[in-house]
Amino acid sequence: MFAPLYLDNNASTQIDARVFEVMLPYLRERFGNASSRHEYGRLTRDAIDRARQQVAAAVGAHATEVVFTSGGSEANNLFVKGAAALLKPGVIAIGATEHPCVREPAKQLVRQGWSVLELPVKLDGHLDVEAAQELITAKRPMLVSQMLANNECGAVNDVAALSAVVKQAGGFLHSDAVQALGKIPVAFRELGVNAMTLSSHKIGGPIGAGALVLDKRLELQALIAGGGHERGLRSGTENVAAIVGFGAACELASSELGMRSANMRAARDLLEAGLSALDARVFGGVEPRLPNTSYFAFEGVDGDTLVGKLDRAGFAIASGAACSSANPEPSRTLLAMGVVPQLARGAVRVSMGATTKLEDVKRFLEVLRETLLQLRQLTAVSVE
Amino acid sequence: MAYSDKVLDHYENPRNVGSFEKGDIEVGTGMVGAPACGDVMKLQIKVNAQTGVIEDAKFKTYGCGSAIASSSLVTEWVKGKTLDEAVNIKNTQIAEELALPPVKIHCSILAEDAIKAAVEDYKKKHA
Amino acid sequence: MKYPIYLDYSATTPVDPRVAEQMIPWLTEHFGNPASRSHAYGWESEEAVEKARENVAALVGADAKEIVWTSGATESNNLAIKGAANFYSGKGKHLITLKTEHKAVLDTMRELERQGFEVTYLDVKEDGLIDLGVFKATLRPDTILVSVMFVNNEIGVIQPIAEIGEICREKGIIFHVDAAQATGKVEVDLSKLKVDLMSFSAHKTYGPKGIGALYVRRKPRVRLEAQMHGGGHERGMRSGTLATHQIVGMGEAFRIAKEEMVSENERIRALRDRLLKGLSTIEETFVNGDLSKRVPHNLNMSFAYVEGESLIMAIKDVAVSSGSACTSASLEPSYVLRALGREDELAHSSIRFTIGRFTTEEDVDYTINLLREKVGKLRELSPLWDMFKDGIDLNTVQWAAH
Repeated sequence: MFAPLYLDNNASTQIDARVFEVMLPYLRERFGNASSRHEYGRLTRDAIDRARQQVAAAVGAHATEVVFTSGGSEANNLFVKGAAALLKPGVIAIGATEHPCVREPAKQLVRQGWSVLELPVKLDGHLDVEAAQELITAKRPMLVSQMLANNECGAVNDVAALSAVVKQAGGFLHSDAVQALGKIPVAFRELGVNAMTLSSHKIGGPIGAGALVLDKRLELQALIAGGGHERGLRSGTENVAAIVGFGAACELASSELGMRSANMRAARDLLEAGLSALDARVFGGVEPRLPNTSYFAFEGVDGDTLVGKLDRAGFAIASGAACSSANPEPSRTLLAMGVVPQLARGAVRVSMGATTKLEDVKRFLEVLRETLLQLRQLTAVSVE
Repeated sequence: MAYSDKVLDHYENPRNVGSFEKGDIEVGTGMVGAPACGDVMKLQIKVNAQTGVIEDAKFKTYGCGSAIASSSLVTEWVKGKTLDEAVNIKNTQIAEELALPPVKIHCSILAEDAIKAAVEDYKKKHA
Repeated sequence: MKYPIYLDYSATTPVDPRVAEQMIPWLTEHFGNPASRSHAYGWESEEAVEKARENVAALVGADAKEIVWTSGATESNNLAIKGAANFYSGKGKHLITLKTEHKAVLDTMRELERQGFEVTYLDVKEDGLIDLGVFKATLRPDTILVSVMFVNNEIGVIQPIAEIGEICREKGIIFHVDAAQATGKVEVDLSKLKVDLMSFSAHKTYGPKGIGALYVRRKPRVRLEAQMHGGGHERGMRSGTLATHQIVGMGEAFRIAKEEMVSENERIRALRDRLLKGLSTIEETFVNGDLSKRVPHNLNMSFAYVEGESLIMAIKDVAVSSGSACTSASLEPSYVLRALGREDELAHSSIRFTIGRFTTEEDVDYTINLLREKVGKLRELSPLWDMFKDGIDLNTVQWAAH
């Protein structure tokens, strides 16, 4: 079977075989509805409780603070729309490079009388902490959502530095930690946030489960009503298999964090050493950053073309983020980082996985070099 | 819902199920609860007129497992007690003995009420 | 036989082994994000998602382009009702539904009431069915949306969706149908039914939990306001990474349902009739809801003078439900049975048996015998049974308030 080398782990990860094993019984004989009061229901209810503990433990939260959702997008929507629904319209502040599933629901609030404030990033892709603190103090947003790590450039932001000012302004702080979990330590309390979004399929778990971790100060209105599951914050029959997988993936992600991040870092550093020899422009790339993500472009080379060529050569990487998909616009993140549109259109992202091998990276670099050579020859010909 | 072992024991092997003749002068009958609420308890005591001691007790209950267990338990508890001692049985003791969860506390209250009603009925007959 | 015997197929169904087999490769080796446009992992996932969409559409006589993936029927109901109510709120503020709908519809309606919409919750007849005359009389010029379930989850009755659809279409009212309990049990043909929005669930039809769909009619086109925003998946109607393995599971489950439902329903009907016949030999039992306009899978029965929870405890070798699984923690009698006008005590003593693909004749016979024995035992314990036997009408008794 043709299996391209997968270097797009920020879009989705391959499920960990151990996680898959734990899930299997819940796709087979343990099928009860967790709300049922008979044996079948008790078995699945217990499994969900266990997973809740595992997810909570991975970020140092309490199990009662975990609300399971269908994924990170839903959790981000739940924070933005759910919190806003119980507040008087005011200001919501979001990071300039937030994922669309924070940006879009925030935009929706405008019709209800909210205004959206963007917290700027610096040229290296990091949140501009001082500017953000000043803005928050001046505009007193009720809701602030700032991602912990950026999905495209991998910058890790100093979210904790916003905690005190947000509290002082009487607001609530949320962080989308989907890309951070499993790659760097994530501690709910140390970050000083009221809520945090997690996702299963970015950490070796299945697609279809995520969580909003939230403290008791924050009140939300459910996005999905009916039945009162998840303390009334998220109704609907629980996706037991995915939740069980998410729990197991969280436990593995924390117990193996050191090993995984060292492995990712070694692969990424090897890649970036090779990239500099190829005259790549690396975006961001300044610590603190995720150990697995490289975002770069080559002058005069179109990102989609390069990605397409590499795909046919057996390497799965991304141009921009998977979700903005069919969108031909250059990445918002890069524009926010001051990258000119022309260069931004060349951007490609390589995101290492927990088990990416160094020899595979070497192989990738070789093919990348050849591909660039071809592409540059082509452009040279067409210019003539 | 998980039931305690004691509830399960009383539920599966209820003690003193049955009825005494209602008109019997030695018998006091208490019927509490309502079908619409999901539980009705009938507790009967047979009292020795000389000593004032409850010599026997019987029950019938329509209700959940905890209600059946609570009434079964009190038939055991009231035997050998005087009427005054019997009415001093508190629902908290019943709830504690059976390890009832909070949503089932009303069953113990009902059992306490049943004792009081049976004693009252007996006293009324002898007034 | 495997205990407890599972007779709670309306709460959830096991994943059909054929479905699980289809899902597993998409959980393990084909793990791409279907939104990834830059590599084969993404494309193959996208292709699988589209094939599944066709299978789901085929079961219900829809076009694949009319199917939007969601996390389940609860989300579909929320999206349909809130999405349509918000989009069409300029035309009016009046919504109509039934008192016997699933909580996913009722709670959503309550939320819309808080937003300023006006909702009529229609009573049903004693047989659990909508009264079309009353329904017509309830329609107003500012009615924008009607939501009626196809098959009731507790009593299994089938509402006259075609008739309601005709009435709604004539008046230009959006008609939403919660069909979570209908797929694979009754014929659903959206090329004939005048339904604008329909909710589906995978895990009630031998697919996995965590996946559902919403049918959104294209001709005439129905518009919705998205409830979940982000990357613009599902043509902007529902953002969020698509769970390929779950979608594949739903597709396969619906494909099997289309292929096998006719013969399967015949077999299930025979089992249900056997169960009904066996249980009817017990004195003072009552079937809740109409028996003819009903899916063959469902039997909801009240065992008078026996309390439901203690009965469930007594028959713990059979996994059944008293009332809806979603209201489990509450001690309230089922609101659905109350809406039929059942007295509270009969509502309290009701059991829902739901039969499915893996139920056998032995399962049914075992259940009948167990019920006979345990109902008898509990009635011996029941003061109400004594009173009934003594000829006392319980309604004339003055019960102490409790």
